[in-house]
Amino acid sequence: MKFLCVECDRQMVFEERELPGDGTLAAAFKCPKCGRVVAMLTNPMETQLVQSLGVKIGGRTLDQAPMETVRGMVATGREDAFADQAPRATTPAPKWSGDAEARLARVPNFVRGMVKKIYADYARERGIAEITPAVMDTARAELGLEGM
Amino acid sequence: MPLNIRTYHDLTEPDRSGLAEQIGAQRRRVAERLAGVGRVIAVMSGKGGVGKSYVTAHLARALARAGRAVGVLDADLNGPTAARLLEAPPQPMQVGEDGVEPALAHGVKLVSMALLLEDGKPLAFRGPEAESWVWRGTLEAAALREFLGDVRWGALDLLLVDLPPGMQRFLELAELLAAPPAVLTVTIPTPESSDAVRRALAAARERGAALLGVVENMAGGAFPGDAGEVLAREFGIPLLARIPFNPPSQSWDDLRSALPVRRSGS
Repeated sequence: MKFLCVECDRQMVFEERELPGDGTLAAAFKCPKCGRVVAMLTNPMETQLVQSLGVKIGGRTLDQAPMETVRGMVATGREDAFADQAPRATTPAPKWSGDAEARLARVPNFVRGMVKKIYADYARERGIAEITPAVMDTARAELGLEGM
Repeated sequence: MPLNIRTYHDLTEPDRSGLAEQIGAQRRRVAERLAGVGRVIAVMSGKGGVGKSYVTAHLARALARAGRAVGVLDADLNGPTAARLLEAPPQPMQVGEDGVEPALAHGVKLVSMALLLEDGKPLAFRGPEAESWVWRGTLEAAALREFLGDVRWGALDLLLVDLPPGMQRFLELAELLAAPPAVLTVTIPTPESSDAVRRALAAARERGAALLGVVENMAGGAFPGDAGEVLAREFGIPLLARIPFNPPSQSWDDLRSALPVRRSGS
């Protein structure tokens, strides 16, 4: 999928995307010559189809985690299907505030280990000592995470 | 009136999304993961209920008994049975930064949706209910890709892929691999089975897959016919085994010996 600014005959470039949380997706593309911006809006089915391919419009913000599609999309996974090994980190693991832990606990166990690692890596890379709900919100927005 | 604009392939400017590159990276991940696998064999049949999983599991065990490094990928995502047939212990799959450790049963490495799903629950995905047929097949293909590319298979002589009935999963598998898998075909003796399996063999051959041979399962019992011989003759491939009901373990050792594959590196 590409976008062409017909007037300028230039390929439009990805600017940003948003996941409003209702299953839809909005992605903005800008003409590098005239600056015109258009938005691509997908309905839930179209958004799901893109996610099913395991690709991210706008590019990946995270390395591909093992079985991330299976873990992120299977709704009938068993609670104890996966055991996530602790990463070989060179810096100390960030702490989790009580509120952040409670929020993490609401994530299905099938995918929780993967989600926890994403937030922990995010905090570690930025020198954040404690993960709070605010940190999780920022990470979600920056990394383009949906349903996490 | 024509639009008179450049078309998709005319636009070659760098694209931050890099969707084609993301797909390419997925394929590389599969290729790199399977670099240590001597041969991928799809165990398939155009027909359901012929015992593909049963043959896969027992052949895998026979191969392991003979000292071969063997894995089983249960690609029947909606009706997975390989875990039970291999008596895989129910335990969490270990996830490291570089992949998921396969289960180990009777010396056979295994990944199966049965190890991941709640008991008695069907494979269901999160997502919009409306028109789910549009994306469900894509998600199943993604699951197959992750079973291939995200499992720490390590060095294997053979990876047996237990396919569901029909050809769809075979086509997905062939698309994901660098080269089409070799094919081991399972049939039961009946003419009805040969009709369905014939189409599957033809489709596999059209895709360039090497046809290793036919296994006639449930032979010599209640089912009349000689589908194994008929199909082997038609396609010029060996009838590797006729497996009776309640076969002795020797049957599987014989099939293992008849399988036209060599040790990797030899």
